[in-house]
Amino acid sequence: MSSTVEAPVRESVLSLTGINKRFGAVQALTDVSLEVGAGEVVALVGDNGAGKSTLVKVISGVYQPDEGSITFAGRQISVGGPSDAQSLGIATVFQDLALCDNLDVVANLFLGQEWRRGPFIDEVGMEKEAWRLLRTLSAKIPSVRIPIAGLSGGQRQTVAIARSLVGNPKVVMLDEPTAALGVAQTAEVLNLVERLREQGLGVILISHNMADVQAVSDRIAVLRLGRNAAEFVTSQTSTAELVAAITGASDNVVTARAERTTQRSAGAQQQGDEQ
Amino acid sequence: MVKGDATASTIAADAADERLISSQGLAGAATAFLGRLRGGELGMIPVIVGLVVIAIVFQINEPTFLSSRNLVSITQFAAPVGVISLGIVLVLLLGEIDLSVGSVSGFAAASMAVLIDSRGWGLLPALVVGILVGTAVGLLYSFLYTKIGVPSFVFSLAGLLAFQGALLYVLGDKGTVVLPQDSALRSFARDKFLTDTQAYVLLVVIVAVYVAVSLLTINRRRAAGLTPPSLTAVLVKAGLLLVGLGYLTYYLGIDRGWSYLPVLFAALVVTMDLALRRTRWGRHVFAVGGNEEAARRSGINVRGIYVSVFALCSTFAALGGILIAGQLTSVSQSSGTTDTNLTAIAAAVIGGTSLFGGRGSAWAALLGILVLQSIQSGLNLMNVDSSVRFMVTGLVLLLAVAIDSVSRKARSSSGRG
Repeated sequence: MSSTVEAPVRESVLSLTGINKRFGAVQALTDVSLEVGAGEVVALVGDNGAGKSTLVKVISGVYQPDEGSITFAGRQISVGGPSDAQSLGIATVFQDLALCDNLDVVANLFLGQEWRRGPFIDEVGMEKEAWRLLRTLSAKIPSVRIPIAGLSGGQRQTVAIARSLVGNPKVVMLDEPTAALGVAQTAEVLNLVERLREQGLGVILISHNMADVQAVSDRIAVLRLGRNAAEFVTSQTSTAELVAAITGASDNVVTARAERTTQRSAGAQQQGDEQ
Repeated sequence: MVKGDATASTIAADAADERLISSQGLAGAATAFLGRLRGGELGMIPVIVGLVVIAIVFQINEPTFLSSRNLVSITQFAAPVGVISLGIVLVLLLGEIDLSVGSVSGFAAASMAVLIDSRGWGLLPALVVGILVGTAVGLLYSFLYTKIGVPSFVFSLAGLLAFQGALLYVLGDKGTVVLPQDSALRSFARDKFLTDTQAYVLLVVIVAVYVAVSLLTINRRRAAGLTPPSLTAVLVKAGLLLVGLGYLTYYLGIDRGWSYLPVLFAALVVTMDLALRRTRWGRHVFAVGGNEEAARRSGINVRGIYVSVFALCSTFAALGGILIAGQLTSVSQSSGTTDTNLTAIAAAVIGGTSLFGGRGSAWAALLGILVLQSIQSGLNLMNVDSSVRFMVTGLVLLLAVAIDSVSRKARSSSGRG
């Protein structure tokens, strides 16, 4: 297993230290730390049950940590609920997207934070801002006035990501954004992630897909059994190292299979990563 | 004027995507409308077609059906139950149901009537108490729903029984309480009609407001660099509105004209429509009805939405019950029983409100109750027994839900969910 690599010095936006979370007899998170800088994509990886989702829910205010501190933009905070996180500037794109199928794109983008003109919703202002947001993401949505039900999976993901940008957040968390997408749509979402980084946002990317993680992240934090297992700088690591950290052994079922079947291509991958 | 935007050098932000089918001007508006129809976005079309069919069928069998006198009585008698139905629309938008609106309407009206009759209260305080009885019931329901987690079907079924009992209890051994002869509520619900001048002035004001709001929207959208709605389409719609409502007003005016009741009902419908489509609260109602979990995660106060909707529904029920009392001049043990209850619920569904939440409009209450009241009136004119009326109403309800289901299929196959 590789040793933890020091993160490059960057202005930290969100940092968690010593997070503990128990559910009854289960210790879901033990002394977990995570740091995200501005304009940095940190991938959070780990096997099923490693505690990724719990950590995301702690950051987004769905769960309260039992112990530990969260520092956001230089001051210590406690996230009391999802709307707290939103108003602080921590946006979450959930795996199931949490969109309302019966509402149109504009309504979904601004759901819960509609603009107002007097007592009424400012539809014109919101629609204008919706187009601006979608353009900053170079997103392809044919109309913002059709119900979400009429959009493809990739377009929905785009709307969900664009929604996270309403209210100018500093950190965006994406939970498995490519899990249900095709090849081209996955590439589009990875482009979106890069555009978020270009805009100076801190991005936390949760994914099972090593290729996606290695394609867009700057650092990779590995969780295993609710603990920090390792942290890598993406450009200095290989798939084999990552898999070893995730499974907790260099001699694991994945490497065994890799050696048996795709030795040559795995080698090429490693060379590519080291360049 | 219409073509101005198509030839403009800068393309509106919402028309930039090359895959968009351009829909400019009046022809564009018509094309978009037909497209929506094909996609299963039927909106109010089935109900309006239904109304026309009903009118033709009854007119053939009973020439007095479309007489001015009968239409006036249809508008007058449809209104109070329509008010109750408006509350049902709100509850249905959340994907919930309130089976107890009839009982609540009877109980609220009885509370008011007894306060006036036995306690000698004035009309106004008694009326306020009656309406607040409804609000209180709604708050109780929302407590049961949000804090204890009782399904709406169950607590409203319990309410259906309990408040019918409460009605009997409040009325005591008298059985029937008659409102005083000179009660303002009685004359409001029975004898008050708009004068011709009032009606036409109101009509012109409505059309003028519609045109003014549309022009403002056109200007704001143009200023914001978005495609404005077609001016011609707006003017055509305004013209149709003016001519249609104008003719209706003239025709009803041959008899007594517009009763205060349907005017009040229409005002409530317009207000709720505005609240549902143009305010945060309304947007959140649709969001909770569409995807409650998504609404919660967006920071919407889901519990608050449930509380407000259940409270409004029971309040509308109470108001409707009080108006019915004024219309019938009395409250009896049968006030707000099965007939009122089922008519109110059926009207909301027939008007096109989805039973699954998130889809519908305040106008559903108005159109739905017009359908049911027309059927009732027509069958009454033909001296048909009420047993037949119940069966016909049942069939219409079934038809309405079937149309909704078929159009939902069309929506999902054309990607409109």
